Amino acid sequence: MSILVNKNTRVITQGISGKTGLFHTKQAIEYGTNMVGGVTPGKGGTVIEGVPVFDTVEAAVRETGANASVIYVPPAGAAEAIIEAADAGIDLVICITEGIPVLDMVQVKRYLEGKKTRLIGPNCPGVITPDQCKIGIMPGYIHKPGRVGVVSRSGTLTYEAVYQLTTKGIGQSTAVGIGGDPVNGTNFLDVLKMFNEDPDTEAVIMIGEIGGTAEEEAAAYVKEHMKKPVAGFIAGRSAPPGKRMGHAGAIISGGKGTADEKVAAMEAAGIHVAPTPSEMGSTLFAMLEARGLLDKCRS
Amino acid sequence: MNIHEYQAKAVLRKYGVAVPAGSVAFSADEAVKVAEQFGGKAVVKAQIHAGGRGKAGGVKLAKSLDEVRQYATELLGKTLVTHQTGPEGKVVQRLLVETLSDIQKEYYIGVVIDRATGRVTMMASEEGGMEIEEVAAKSPEKIFRETIDPAIGLKSFQARKLAYAIHIPNELIKQAVAFMVGLYKVFVENDCSIAEINPLVVTKDGQVMALDAKLNFDSNALYRHADIVELRDLAEEDPREIEASKFDLSYIALHGNIGCMVNGAGLAMATMDTIKYYGGEPANFLDVGGGATEEKVTEAFKIILSDPGVKGILVNIFGGIMKCDVIANGVVAAAKQVGLTHPLVVRLEGTNVDMGKQILKDSGLAIVPADSLAEAAQKIVELVK
Repeated sequence: MSILVNKNTRVITQGISGKTGLFHTKQAIEYGTNMVGGVTPGKGGTVIEGVPVFDTVEAAVRETGANASVIYVPPAGAAEAIIEAADAGIDLVICITEGIPVLDMVQVKRYLEGKKTRLIGPNCPGVITPDQCKIGIMPGYIHKPGRVGVVSRSGTLTYEAVYQLTTKGIGQSTAVGIGGDPVNGTNFLDVLKMFNEDPDTEAVIMIGEIGGTAEEEAAAYVKEHMKKPVAGFIAGRSAPPGKRMGHAGAIISGGKGTADEKVAAMEAAGIHVAPTPSEMGSTLFAMLEARGLLDKCRS
Repeated sequence: MNIHEYQAKAVLRKYGVAVPAGSVAFSADEAVKVAEQFGGKAVVKAQIHAGGRGKAGGVKLAKSLDEVRQYATELLGKTLVTHQTGPEGKVVQRLLVETLSDIQKEYYIGVVIDRATGRVTMMASEEGGMEIEEVAAKSPEKIFRETIDPAIGLKSFQARKLAYAIHIPNELIKQAVAFMVGLYKVFVENDCSIAEINPLVVTKDGQVMALDAKLNFDSNALYRHADIVELRDLAEEDPREIEASKFDLSYIALHGNIGCMVNGAGLAMATMDTIKYYGGEPANFLDVGGGATEEKVTEAFKIILSDPGVKGILVNIFGGIMKCDVIANGVVAAAKQVGLTHPLVVRLEGTNVDMGKQILKDSGLAIVPADSLAEAAQKIVELVK
């Protein structure tokens, strides 16, 4: 088992004819993802990387039965691409695009209210259930199927954590990149709930960064409801206030969203926070060992 | 992106949001000319991209044209140090000369994007002139908020609720509502990230207006606001940050001596943190992005080295889609091209990592390899001592 995606997930790529969309569609097919089609207005009826291309998401869903979509559309059109996917009834939309205007995302979030569509991202690496389904830009080979869930606001830090786990023989159930933007579709809290409910996830690594209060909200949930051990890391302890550290959402503003506040909230909730990113894997490893879960998680 | 107060007020004026009469001045002569319109009495305000100007002596009340000239001469070219500028301060190159307002009371109005709800929120407080963070810490009950549904925008009743909550005089409620509705329009139509009016004032002659104005804009949305882009003042920005943005590199100057080059924003932040954890000080944040090509790495080296404070460099790349041998070749070529003499620690991880390490070793350059970020940080901290 896993969360969000598995081998039965039927995926289309929005923006399949663009350079990024094309490259990652190819990578996904090589990994074994069940890619069933693509969408680029004006390219309907053609075939790219062996999958049929449609002019609209609606047509793609009708013809292929797709239930997930990955978006590589450039920033100016990406918000509308999310809305089009939701309008077509797609269950899971994963938006990789970086640089979407925040107020466009405010509109998108409003539009998604009350709809069944779950959005992951934007500005995220995507979601992977190892050996089953890779949707996004993460390097597939560093992953290993297993029982630890990973959720993160940062792409490369997710890879770092996954790689540390894999080299210790600990596989992953699903790794979810929720993205570095201030307004996004899915937060730590949503993903932690899913991992908590997933019978095949035994433990979680949660990787946050400065800005906002999503980590604090997640920590409150962990304290009250989480049945599984959680290790964490927060990036940006050395970041100056008022400066956007690459990610649009990684900013300490008005003295809020500091790493110290987040680490304190997480530790108070029983989350073991790694002092450096090199120790994310070993921090979780120690927790698994202490709870007798190591053998179950290692293969 | 930030703009100056006088520019923000011009934007507000365009939307019918009340601001005092005034104009920008680049010289003492210009300042006097503007003040002549107000009969000689005027407020002379230093224009820099930072708050706290009043406390730092950047706002002067002039009672005559002579005083206007005196203050303008004093302020232009002066380095203002406020709690937001950092110790190096900012040089004043522009002034705003405004008519004096006869203030009855000061308030606060702010518009931000609330990340928790994913919506635009308007905040109001009776504690005008104080920093909102300070109010939030001391008396949070004095801050009132209205969350705005993007489908219908800020409605008058919401603005009324805020106006009554902060005790705007009854006869001025309508004016305050018009002000708030106009401010919301400014925010959404220009893709602002922050719109802050602190203080909003009620004057003795019964006007509601913005005595100060701060507008920040979402850099992701600038492509659709050519008029706002024109307001950018490059003199207010770090020249290295401007240079980096030309090459699609995300660079932020800091005050330490260890230059960093990393792929990915989260990993770049974590690299800085790790340097600090082991007792060093990062000189910058630099994200070279997913494709760490030779050209990008070369430009990144140049930008890092243009900071005279840099005594060593740490390169930390997680080669995912991009293979480590390709990255190693890029780093070696770039280091040779810029004639690097500082200590360089390189940590590579990912596909073909062994090939990458061999390339670094065979390069003939004094590159120090490291297997983990922790090890890399310890090594560079040691080397710059």
